[in-house]
Amino acid sequence: MINFFQDLDKAFDNKIRLGIMSVLMVNEFVDFTELKQLMSLTDGNLASHIKALEKANYISVKKSFLGRKPNTKYSATEQGKIAFKKHVDALEKILKGKGL
Amino acid sequence: MTKEKNFIFLKKKKKTLSQIQYFSKFALCNTKHFVMDTKIQEELKHIRSMMEKSTRFLSLSGWAGIMAGIYALTGAYFAYRLIYKSKTIIYYDFVDGKFSTGAFILLGIALAIFVLTLATALYTSSRTTKKANKKLWTPAAIKLIYNMAIPLVVGGILSIILILKGTIGLVAPVTLIFYGLSLILAANYTYGNVKILGIFEVIIGLIASYYQGYGLFFWALGFGIFHIIYGIFMYLKYKK
Repeated sequence: MINFFQDLDKAFDNKIRLGIMSVLMVNEFVDFTELKQLMSLTDGNLASHIKALEKANYISVKKSFLGRKPNTKYSATEQGKIAFKKHVDALEKILKGKGL
Repeated sequence: MTKEKNFIFLKKKKKTLSQIQYFSKFALCNTKHFVMDTKIQEELKHIRSMMEKSTRFLSLSGWAGIMAGIYALTGAYFAYRLIYKSKTIIYYDFVDGKFSTGAFILLGIALAIFVLTLATALYTSSRTTKKANKKLWTPAAIKLIYNMAIPLVVGGILSIILILKGTIGLVAPVTLIFYGLSLILAANYTYGNVKILGIFEVIIGLIASYYQGYGLFFWALGFGIFHIIYGIFMYLKYKK
């Protein structure tokens, strides 16, 4: 059991970060406002969690302009995708009780 | 003697105590486990729901399907009356390339059904999204419309060409087939079971293309009856 708990990723122990990563796993790019709407969060709250994931190198940021409006797009990095899969696998294994 | 008895009694008591301790420990461990399990289940559920929410448009209501079916059946009824009670044979008007009033009314009915269906779908969807305090034009909704539009536009253009060329018999099957294909594509961006409806529409479209001349009947079945059945099924399943 302890083994599987070790596989859990600290970056995903927060529900919001887990949510952001879930969205990025199934979408190539998602912009800031889309994420905000999906998770019903405030700007500041979302930004801080995005920063944490960025620091872990799990997501990459692409800044551009749509006309005059700044547009920030996020996508999951390869490293992030692998980490997320490992995390979900560990969760499922704990649930199945394989590690007991 | 009494001392000895006392000792045995104490020993027994100790044993039961340790047993109680053991079982309570076990129970505690179990509840701890239970809490952990529900927490993990919740997390997995959260992951699944975020993935669905960000890729699928799930605000379509069963009512839209039921209403679409009713519009189609009403339209088919009027078309039937028009075709079989008019003095001229509208079918030949199309074949000859003469756009008589009868032919125009027929196309008008079709257009009215299309607009009404679309408007109802938009209205019911916007109502469900408002109730849930969500936005209607999510990226998932745009993806759904974009993917459905591809086969629908192709089928629509083909139908216009068929009408212009006078091959009216194929219009009903073609609309059914292309609509079915668009539903099969749509299944990736909304409720997955819409694929089943799509497959049925394609099958009935193929049958209709074989039995030409029964176009209106198959059209009423595919767009009317199938929509009502699917709409009722969705309404009962999701209660909206």
